[in-house]
Amino acid sequence: MKRLVEGVPRRGLAILGALLALLLVFPTFASGYLLSIGFLILYFAYVGQAWNIMMGFAGQLSLGHSLYVGLGAYAAAALYFHFGLSPWLGLGASIGISAAAGAVIGFLAFRFGVAGVYFAILTIAFAEFARIGFDHFAWVHGSSGLFLPVANYAENDLWNLRGSPTMFYYLMLGLTVGAFVLCHVLLRSRMGYYWLAIRESPEAAQALGVNVFRYKMVAVMISAAMTSLAGVVFAFYYNNLFPEQIFHISRSIELILGPIIGGVGTLVGPLVGALLLTGLSAGLHEVMLQLGIDVPGIRQVFYGICLLLVVMFLPDGVWPPLAKKLRLRR
Amino acid sequence: MPIEIYLNVAASGLLTGLVYGLMALGLSVIFGVVRVVNFAHGEMMTLAMYLTLMLFSAVKLDPLVLLVPIAAVMFVFGYLLQRGLINPFINRPEHSQFMLLVALALILVNVQLIVFGPDAQGIRTAYSFDSFQLGPLIVDASKVYAAGAALVVAAALFAFFRWTLLGKAIRACADNYDGALVVGLNVKRLYALTFGIGAACVGAAGAMLMAVIDVTPEIGPAYTLLAFVIVITGGLGSMPGALLGGLLIGLTEALGGVLFTPSAKSMFAFGLLVLVLLFRPQGILGRKASG
Repeated sequence: MKRLVEGVPRRGLAILGALLALLLVFPTFASGYLLSIGFLILYFAYVGQAWNIMMGFAGQLSLGHSLYVGLGAYAAAALYFHFGLSPWLGLGASIGISAAAGAVIGFLAFRFGVAGVYFAILTIAFAEFARIGFDHFAWVHGSSGLFLPVANYAENDLWNLRGSPTMFYYLMLGLTVGAFVLCHVLLRSRMGYYWLAIRESPEAAQALGVNVFRYKMVAVMISAAMTSLAGVVFAFYYNNLFPEQIFHISRSIELILGPIIGGVGTLVGPLVGALLLTGLSAGLHEVMLQLGIDVPGIRQVFYGICLLLVVMFLPDGVWPPLAKKLRLRR
Repeated sequence: MPIEIYLNVAASGLLTGLVYGLMALGLSVIFGVVRVVNFAHGEMMTLAMYLTLMLFSAVKLDPLVLLVPIAAVMFVFGYLLQRGLINPFINRPEHSQFMLLVALALILVNVQLIVFGPDAQGIRTAYSFDSFQLGPLIVDASKVYAAGAALVVAAALFAFFRWTLLGKAIRACADNYDGALVVGLNVKRLYALTFGIGAACVGAAGAMLMAVIDVTPEIGPAYTLLAFVIVITGGLGSMPGALLGGLLIGLTEALGGVLFTPSAKSMFAFGLLVLVLLFRPQGILGRKASG
């Protein structure tokens, strides 16, 4: 525990503690709608953190992370649907399948020198492949979608993940905190330093004796496995899965906006980005509702403009300059 | 199924593939020179398709005639885009440029969704239902015309890069950025011209495709991906490679559609991409390894 907080500025710890306390008591006063926004913020913070391991730490741009969300969601949901298997057991399959998929993509790309944007395109291609494949996958009902039986919301059955939004909120909070701590530990591990070296210069890392191929593979597999857990929660929270939605490229883009806007490669960036983006988007929705305007696609345009402004004017994201302002950076 | 059906499908796939090739050529030219990956390529194509649609209903001219003004408009669009938005990003890291274009793509596709709506729209020309018969082959007239136009535009582009002074200057920028600066070329302007040329290619391809398929905003991202698959398959930075890749992908999709189900046809294009990356990562006509 002591080693965990070593070197973290005291002000930073205090702010994190206050934030955690606020998130813990949030459901006691939040309305149902606000709670669903809170869930979404945590969801995007979590998947953003998972994506950040690949891009922010190891420097591998993935634009197909919806693949791992979808595989994780479908694996656990289908096992529950067909065999009544608890998602806590099903998530083993989710993690295994997603990590294997990540390994296949990583192997194909890293063995043959497919890097940078070509790697990104390969990840999109696999997600699209899965989307069309699942459209024709009869066991999970193809394009007509997989629906989980909706249980009584009054009872919280944590073992089968059937219950109230509050339960899902706390589950997602647990995952987000866990991912945050895990990334903090990873960044300070030997492997974390290897990743940063690979991100900055693969050639130099290789010359220093870092096994570039192996550590890139590990980054992809950890990131894929973490992302698939979010998929499991997603499936049991929404109770319906459509290949056209869950594997869609717009989902992959949505998922990476948080860390990019917050700050790629930082621990706090994905949190800040998810909070800003989901908060602003909910606010926009509210304003549109009040004005009585209903334009499909306007939210995506808003995302696009946010992304454009951030890459143009804050290339490092919102968090690094903010951290400087708050004097959290030494 | 008799063999004629496969032959017919293959011929039609090859013809569509030529138009795909022209679209991918635009991407390849932009990447080869400016070294920026145009992630909004398919969205620019649907923009051109909607322009064709509007012009067609306004003046009732053939899409193959309209492709000239459409290409000109898209050229200006590409030129201004590079000048205003992308040039400041030339020396930024790769992923930063990429995200800029992802943002642009996101805005383009959804603005199109808001303006034109989600429904598929198409046009009917006088020859929409005509076909040519060549022995056992029966091919759609509109596909033959579109493929012919694609070949003409591609040939003009090859000639431009090979023989004109401007084309040579652009190639010089592609070969050696610093060298081009040293000999006094206005690299930023040439980059903007190149982006304009790439946009004109995809604009012309969009106008041709309008005679063959219907347009929805949704197909934009799909065609962006298709263009990437074609360019990587054919070989990065290789202009003949882009055309060859287009033909291959057109053929693969068409045969995949008839052998399995049409809705799964793009799976075969991705399958081909994986095979190429496995056995010839530099692409079929590419010279050195990518990345």
